[in-house]
Amino acid sequence: MAESFAKLKESFIFNFIEGARWKYITNGLLVTLKVTFFALLLGIAIGVVVAMIRSAYDQMKDEMKPGFGKTMLTVLNTIARLYLTVIRGTPVVVQLLIGYFVIFVSTTNTVFVASMVFGINSGAYITEIIRGGIMSIDPGQFEAGRSLGFDYFQTMRFIVIPQAFKNVLPALANEFIALLKETAVCGYIGLMDLTKGGDVIRGRTFSAFMPLIVVAAIYLALVVFFSWLVGKLERRLRSNER
Amino acid sequence: MSADPIISVKNLEKHFNDGAVHALNGVNVDIAKSEVLVVIGPSGSGKSTFLRCLNLLERPTSGTVIFEGTHLTAPRTNINVYRRRMGMVFQHFNLFPHMTVLRNLTLGPTELLKKSTGDANKKAMQLLERVGLADRADAYPSQLSGGQKQRIAIVRALCMEPDVMLFDEPTSALDPEMVGEVLDVMKELADEGMTMVVVTHEMGFAREVADRVLFMDEGVVVEEGSPEDIFEHPKSERLQSFLSKVL
Repeated sequence: MAESFAKLKESFIFNFIEGARWKYITNGLLVTLKVTFFALLLGIAIGVVVAMIRSAYDQMKDEMKPGFGKTMLTVLNTIARLYLTVIRGTPVVVQLLIGYFVIFVSTTNTVFVASMVFGINSGAYITEIIRGGIMSIDPGQFEAGRSLGFDYFQTMRFIVIPQAFKNVLPALANEFIALLKETAVCGYIGLMDLTKGGDVIRGRTFSAFMPLIVVAAIYLALVVFFSWLVGKLERRLRSNER
Repeated sequence: MSADPIISVKNLEKHFNDGAVHALNGVNVDIAKSEVLVVIGPSGSGKSTFLRCLNLLERPTSGTVIFEGTHLTAPRTNINVYRRRMGMVFQHFNLFPHMTVLRNLTLGPTELLKKSTGDANKKAMQLLERVGLADRADAYPSQLSGGQKQRIAIVRALCMEPDVMLFDEPTSALDPEMVGEVLDVMKELADEGMTMVVVTHEMGFAREVADRVLFMDEGVVVEEGSPEDIFEHPKSERLQSFLSKVL
């Protein structure tokens, strides 16, 4: 027992302390968090806008009079559906490679490219989450807003979205956690994220167990921490309703 | 009746499911300023659809709705502007559960009428005082009883300072002991000269408060007249059989 513990300690020192190799882990962690954070912001922004377009079209296509507004909405809805189909129908690694080698060729800022690609990717999933949230709101809420004189988007902004957001918070938290782990493929475009950092150490020290287990443990700790944080937020949001 | 109606409805028709269901089959009604019009009829008679067509929550299939001289049903009309002047009260209250009572009341005035928060709060508190709920201003809707919720919903509509109030079965979802408190508020409103269109099953209210009663069945106005005409001297067989069931 004591012997194996000493071995582990030796391996830990060899992998992380010698040559200050722990920096691969901390720098990588920072990159992972950066990409996840910016991707989430972009994803939520895209998700709210696209979800509003999709539900506006579904709810208003019958009552809108023909004209510029209706044509615009139909075009936007078609683009939104195309976006959802393409993004959800292709692997994120392929999207990442296309983003790096085809779309953002002129930039060397891989954090930017990864944030954009993961943001656009998770925007598609967040759209469907938020759309589900909008549909879960009692139509009476919508009618009450409209009867006061709010237009469709004002009703969404003041009345429907705040309630929908509360309902979808658990699903949104899941998406965030999935996103955090998905960014592990960033290494494909040479980005030194947490996973790549651990892998680089493995390449230097030729020991696989210690660096990879530590990387896995860090992901796990992050996920547990964020789940706890979201649970707390959820309870706080609910407390003023019941 | 005054010569200049505040709402004028002509040949109103509403079909659902691509014409399979005819909820309204040519309704013609003029509503005068300060009039209290009560609409009664069996369920499925089209009375709620009629009410919801007045502020275009339901878009009529054909016919016109003229409100204060404006064709609401004309293609170029921005309905949102006119809805501000037509308060609506729903069967299920539809208060906003994520806002306090006070915020429910001031959302419209601050965002749509561009009132300052101070002015909007003052007006809201005055009206809350009148319905006896000033102490609940900071509560959330889920903490209120049904009767309180409906009184708040009425106040929410009043905060927009409307010219007309539309009531869609305002007491149908309430426990019996709470119906009175809501009807009292409505009576008071009627006494002050508010123009009101009320869809209801409360025959006592219709008899006591209405200036005119409309009896609808199968999407048409079958009979209309003063409460006395309707309740004491019903002419049509359908109204007689309806009244024999509900009175």
